[in-house]
Amino acid sequence: MNVLQESLIELIRRTSAEVPDDVSRAILAALEREKQGTIAASAMRIIEQNIELAKRKSQPICQDTGSVLFYVDCPVGYDQLAFEEAARAAVKEATRKGYLRQNSVDAITGKNDGTNLGPGAPTLHFHQHRGPEVEVRLVLKGGGCENVGAQYSLPDESLKANRDLEGCKRAVLDAVLQAQGKGCGPGVLGVCIGGDRATGYEYSKLQFLRRLDDRNPDPVLDKFEQDIMNIANELGIGPMGFGGKTTLLGVKACAVNRVPASYFVSVSYMCWAFRRQGVKLAEDGRIEQWLY
Amino acid sequence: MISLTTPLDESAVRALKVGDEVAISGVLFTGRDAVHKYLHEGGALPEGLSLRGGIIYHCGPVVIKDEAGRWKVVAAGPTTSIREEPYQWQIMRDHGIRGVIGKGGMGPRTQAACKEYGCVYLHAVGGAAQVLAERITAVRNVYLMEKFGSPEAIWEIEVRDFPCVVTMDAKGQSLHETVFASSKAKLEELLAAQNK
Repeated sequence: MNVLQESLIELIRRTSAEVPDDVSRAILAALEREKQGTIAASAMRIIEQNIELAKRKSQPICQDTGSVLFYVDCPVGYDQLAFEEAARAAVKEATRKGYLRQNSVDAITGKNDGTNLGPGAPTLHFHQHRGPEVEVRLVLKGGGCENVGAQYSLPDESLKANRDLEGCKRAVLDAVLQAQGKGCGPGVLGVCIGGDRATGYEYSKLQFLRRLDDRNPDPVLDKFEQDIMNIANELGIGPMGFGGKTTLLGVKACAVNRVPASYFVSVSYMCWAFRRQGVKLAEDGRIEQWLY
Repeated sequence: MISLTTPLDESAVRALKVGDEVAISGVLFTGRDAVHKYLHEGGALPEGLSLRGGIIYHCGPVVIKDEAGRWKVVAAGPTTSIREEPYQWQIMRDHGIRGVIGKGGMGPRTQAACKEYGCVYLHAVGGAAQVLAERITAVRNVYLMEKFGSPEAIWEIEVRDFPCVVTMDAKGQSLHETVFASSKAKLEELLAAQNK
């Protein structure tokens, strides 16, 4: 086994067993907000215990260890094929060790070969940059929250959503309403305004690489994020849809160009078991630094 | 907190109401998409297995074999239940189950079947795979493993104080319906207020 492969197994292990610090802080704040003695507070306490237990036992936070999504920033000339081979070997080994569930099945036959490898699994996104660093980010996204993602095409008369920011807000809040209970809230939204159908969802997912406590550098999008967060947390949906004060832990939005004829709002939902980690790799493939 | 022990009897189940926190001890049977579709299409339960008075848990656990070759559940939270909405009522009717554990709630057909056959929907905390796995004390058996693979198989597991909330009771009440209606009304009110 090569060094890179070992680093990636460790990245998978830690991503599956630990939520990053920014998420952990947001969950603790939510627990404090919920009224003692309510089923919402009970749910948040179980969530908090679960995070602590998974980390201590180094076992998956959630049994749905999700789609395995790698995001790789690398210098020009980096051997992407070798990386892909190492990533596939790491996924297979991490599955054998129980860091990942046998979670990937043939789309048509439903057959599960127990390796988590197959067409599109794992998914790798490469992005070249001019610097020398190799940074690998990993998101494990479970099916429950993936199933409540939604894409809106504006205008949408039923939502009174026109082709403007207000319309985008209505679309996103509809997604929050529809997701209740099903996506393992309190959750985090990744939103993309614009793009085509495929890139819209792609960019919405990229938002999950941002820290929960960051602020959008674009003041218009920053306000958009805050507005949605504030309204959503007044709806009384609460943890697991049990009713309560915290419906969302965060909203992260971006805008990408669209063709004049299309106006998509793509919403990806991430459950509270927000599994995201990243590493900066040394030249020989060792982990030099954790990114979250 | 109300303690329940399997097999559940009908009167105890009918006495439960939406919002009750319960702790279950006894036996659970996991079953998710493949099992529900299979039973719906008339598939037979494996020999020796009866679900009567039992609880189906919508869960695809992570299970490994320890050094001694025994099954060990290492992660076992609920999966989204609504996918079983087309089938659940029939399993309540034909197999005499008294409880379903899952997440996200279920629809009107399941709600009606809960009332008719004396069954409740119990909500476990989604994603809490470790806390819930700790309440699993033993794996008794596994069925349909060859056919469906590990996450989709029926795992017969022993639990102690497995925590859930009743969100659909046998009286026709659903917490999911109530919260959906109130949050929808609140959203309309907030959107209308900001446009004034």
